[in-house]
Amino acid sequence: MGKKHQTPLLDELKKGKWISFVREMERAAEKSPRTEDLLGQVEESYRDKITHWKHGGMAGVKSYGAGMVGRFSDSPEKYPGVKECHSMRINQTSGFFYNSDVLRKIAGIAEKYAGGLLNLHGATGDIQILGVTQAEAEDAFQAYAELGFDLGGGGSDLRTPSCCVGPARCEFSNYDTLKICYDLTREYQDELHRPSFNYKFKLKFSGCSNDCVASASRSDLAFIGTWKDNIKINQEEVKNYVKKFDVQKYVLDKCPTKCMWFEGDKLVIDDSNCVKCHHCINEMPKALKSGDEKGLSILIGAKAPLVTGPRMGMMLVPFYDVNEDSKNDYEQLKGLISNIWEFWDEYGVSRERIGELIARVGLVTFLEGVGLEPIPEMVNTPRTNPFIKFEDEDAAQ
Amino acid sequence: MTDEIKKKVEDKIIGLVKEYAGKKRFKPIDLVKEMERDFAAEGLTKDDIKGVLKDIMDEGKLVYGYAGGSFLTLPDEN
Ligand code: HEM
Ligand code: SF4
Ligand code: SF4
Repeated sequence: MGKKHQTPLLDELKKGKWISFVREMERAAEKSPRTEDLLGQVEESYRDKITHWKHGGMAGVKSYGAGMVGRFSDSPEKYPGVKECHSMRINQTSGFFYNSDVLRKIAGIAEKYAGGLLNLHGATGDIQILGVTQAEAEDAFQAYAELGFDLGGGGSDLRTPSCCVGPARCEFSNYDTLKICYDLTREYQDELHRPSFNYKFKLKFSGCSNDCVASASRSDLAFIGTWKDNIKINQEEVKNYVKKFDVQKYVLDKCPTKCMWFEGDKLVIDDSNCVKCHHCINEMPKALKSGDEKGLSILIGAKAPLVTGPRMGMMLVPFYDVNEDSKNDYEQLKGLISNIWEFWDEYGVSRERIGELIARVGLVTFLEGVGLEPIPEMVNTPRTNPFIKFEDEDAAQ
Repeated sequence: MTDEIKKKVEDKIIGLVKEYAGKKRFKPIDLVKEMERDFAAEGLTKDDIKGVLKDIMDEGKLVYGYAGGSFLTLPDEN
């Protein structure tokens, strides 16, 4: 059967030896007229260099204010299949673990109710089903619910929390990322499904500062595994690495605070100056391990560019004892999150992320608002600002 | 919160959305804050009001819309 729409620009994206989303869409289009029209419209977007989705519009399932992203074609006469082409977000499992049976069923539902296209996983973490119509949304949702899945976030709400594989597969993990991600997702079901914030709010959990979910650059609250005590050194293994590569050049010289050196053939670390960047452990995993007092650091305020430019997260809590607090159902953390949301509710304006609010009102005002003391670790770019203001009692000392 | 007060809050929220339909998009948080102020004398907390809003949405009396941010709207506006 010939192609319904000619797509010379998209065809370019099938060349080369790599996986091509165009090829996959064409395979889905063999079974789905909807996806056939989607190809036609995407071709036009490449040609015109603009999107052909109209902005806004209503799409959703009953009593949920989030989890479906409305997409309407601006040329429905030409591409009737994508008159409505909504994305349905399904809350992923912690660490993205599925068995093949569940994956087949997820895909089957996407074929039955949508364009047969899945996105595993979107930038938020969710599984996204592409090409759902409003009329079929409820049935598709019920089918996923029967499989044990729920919708994810969207709109001005808590976005689906996400985490790295953590202790399930990774020796670097300093805390159980999967557990806290799962527990907080359950705790905040209302915030996830019923948008009541100024704008989106993201929670992401990484087991160590390799930060595989990029929490430090894209989540309003980033939880990054760390340790309080000293890096554990196995000197015999250090010697083995020294035989294999230039440890001075690739490890010691690249330590950001230059807090490691050799005394003879013995490696020494001045842990009081270590910033837990994880570089040395990555390079010599057999020789170095994080300490025993494990926990996580909480960063606040990261976001991707949209209303205003991008921001990295700022240190809010250098060490949070997640293992201890999880025994009390995260009482301490939930208190902090609730204070942050209260402050944002009260002083944030529409479409203002928490990081932008802090920049606008100032860190000190924010800290007073949420009941935290300022500490040196919060200085975003240490040693760059010569203007230091002391309170009277400090200056007198 | 008595059923009577709950009904009052509910009527007021839905009334505002109806009155300003097509003119103003109410963010849930703005309405919650407004009700918090209006019903301060009755001692209602933010969580109480969020609870009322939750019921309104579950019963489908209002639905969520999205245009850059989430807002509340009447179900027949689809
Ligand atoms: C009567 C004259 C001046 C007054 C009243 C004044 C007042 C101030 C105040 C209140 C601040 C904010 C301090 C804070 O962050 O707490 C400030 C910051 C600053 N002022 Fe002035 N200033 C004066 C003159 C100057 C002059 C002549 C210069 C440079 C030649 C200057 C350069 C700066 C700089 C670089 C900052 C820091 C900006 C930053 O936060 O990075 N000021 N000044
Ligand atoms: S963030 Fe760290 S703990 Fe998590 S998967 Fe990556 S390397 Fe492992
Ligand atoms: S973790 Fe980073 S800062 Fe700490 S010793 Fe290793 S390389 Fe240096």
